[in-house]
Amino acid sequence: MMKGKVWKFGDNVDTDVIIPARYLNAPEPSELAKHCMEDIDSSFAGTVQQGDIMVGGWNFGCGSSREHAPVAISASGISCVIAASFARIFYRNSINIGFPILECPEASAAIQAGDVVSVDTKTGVVKDETTGETFQAKPFPPFIEKIIEKGGLLPYLLDNQQADNKHK
Amino acid sequence: MGMTMTQKILAAHAGLPEVHAGDLIEAKLDIVLGNDVTTPVAVNAFEKAGFTEVFDNEKIVIALDHYTPCKDIKSAELCKTARDFARKHNITHLYDVGTVGIEHALLPEQGIVGPGDCIIGADSHTCTYGALGAFSTGVGSTDMAAGMASGLNWFKVPSAVKVELTGKLQPYVSGKDVILHLIGEIGVDGALYQSLEFTGEGVSELSMDDRFTIANMAIEAGGKNGIFPVDEKTMEYIKDRFTREPVVFEADEDAEYAKVVKIDLSELKPTVSLPHLPSNTKTAEEVAGLHIDQVVIGSCTNGRISDLRSAASILKGNKVADGVRCIVIPATQEIYMQCLEEGLLKIFIESGCVVSAPTCGPCLGGHMGVMAAGERAVTTTNRNFVGRMGHTESEVILASPAVAAASAVAGCVAVPGTGR
Repeated sequence: MMKGKVWKFGDNVDTDVIIPARYLNAPEPSELAKHCMEDIDSSFAGTVQQGDIMVGGWNFGCGSSREHAPVAISASGISCVIAASFARIFYRNSINIGFPILECPEASAAIQAGDVVSVDTKTGVVKDETTGETFQAKPFPPFIEKIIEKGGLLPYLLDNQQADNKHK
Repeated sequence: MGMTMTQKILAAHAGLPEVHAGDLIEAKLDIVLGNDVTTPVAVNAFEKAGFTEVFDNEKIVIALDHYTPCKDIKSAELCKTARDFARKHNITHLYDVGTVGIEHALLPEQGIVGPGDCIIGADSHTCTYGALGAFSTGVGSTDMAAGMASGLNWFKVPSAVKVELTGKLQPYVSGKDVILHLIGEIGVDGALYQSLEFTGEGVSELSMDDRFTIANMAIEAGGKNGIFPVDEKTMEYIKDRFTREPVVFEADEDAEYAKVVKIDLSELKPTVSLPHLPSNTKTAEEVAGLHIDQVVIGSCTNGRISDLRSAASILKGNKVADGVRCIVIPATQEIYMQCLEEGLLKIFIESGCVVSAPTCGPCLGGHMGVMAAGERAVTTTNRNFVGRMGHTESEVILASPAVAAASAVAGCVAVPGTGR
């Protein structure tokens, strides 16, 4: 269960504003976090608190394949992103690095900046503690749940390889 | 129920008789690609997870194309990480300064990718190779690491948007106008998680370079991939390049599509995308006269030989307008050489353009043409997001090479072939 204050953004938040290309030459998560969202909200990186929650609109994370985007958001302290929909590479990248994201158009529309929201990623239940409203996000298919449980795609793959080797 | 072309390629690579939209599958990969921005992150993930061997040293491609020749110390360190990894694992396809070109022009040109392949690349424009009748999609660095380790990746089988093309393009109208028009029609998430499957008699009218440009920007409509049927033009293109056996897939006649979009190529006009979304399209005529400071002709979208021929035909005997900087970037060394042999470099330089070595540079605001606040560019690149080419208060207008060249001469957005 996560609980945090909401940073709200609009539709089509692209990877160039999440982490501008001029900072991709230093891919360490702590460096990326310093510049996260700076081209649409220069106050974000300096004031975001550990555990805060990001809420976006439609097509969140569109644009480039840079995994630096979910890494930057995660390293900035954000615990989870809720959006009406996600661009597909951002979606994959988040799952692959074990960063929780939830697709829920109703929550995305209703939750306001500064609201306190709690999220249960297992059940997909999102509660706006400020207004008392609750929302149901789409649950992950079991396969993807397993990847997130293992902490990302590579630990999941390694586990599978080791399991395969035991059978041989 | 039948399968789409994409679904058939995925089924074949997953070893399944059939797949359906929404299925989660594991598919074998023919090629795994990365560049100087994404490979170092993948290398780090690969090593940190404890992998020690790559699945096949001949099926991994590392192209150092984004910040090269290196623009600063940090990018030099990134390139070194990628280069050292490639050497350690004896990666056949390492492309560095001197051999490197912009990856999505380079791989087809070098015959590394071909019909029927299943390809992932840690670069969003990896969807370009769909022009050859391959399934090819952009992924992140962790996916690249997983692909390098196992030769496999997971996919959610996409549904498809069918794009039926009829008619023939008018003069000064090209593949770029087709894809900008389509994105304007369906939006930047109009094909989200879906394939864009191009069909119809109009396909045969499109050159391979036009098809590469169209497939390249499938991602700008949110698409997982863009794909063209394999025809005589495809086979002619891969002849003397592609050494593996091409596998030709066709969509079933009863394949199901989520949506059908029809485009009459003969009705299209030179089209541009205004800031700050590729879907913000207008005809060039509607916005002709908008002042510009810079023009970029190149990129994985439009840095191929026919793009440069098209630009040169307009620049020939003309001068780049006072106050406009026109940067021309042939996408690969082979294309650069062709420009030299055909006299295009002379035309560019005489008209006042600067010609750069192959690099992605300005497209992502990396180097070789970063813009200041208040400046505006017409470019043949693929994204016009806030801050994409530099300062957040600079603006990018996406266009074809013909529109970009005409605009360079006019000093404002202009319509090629009209003197305006």
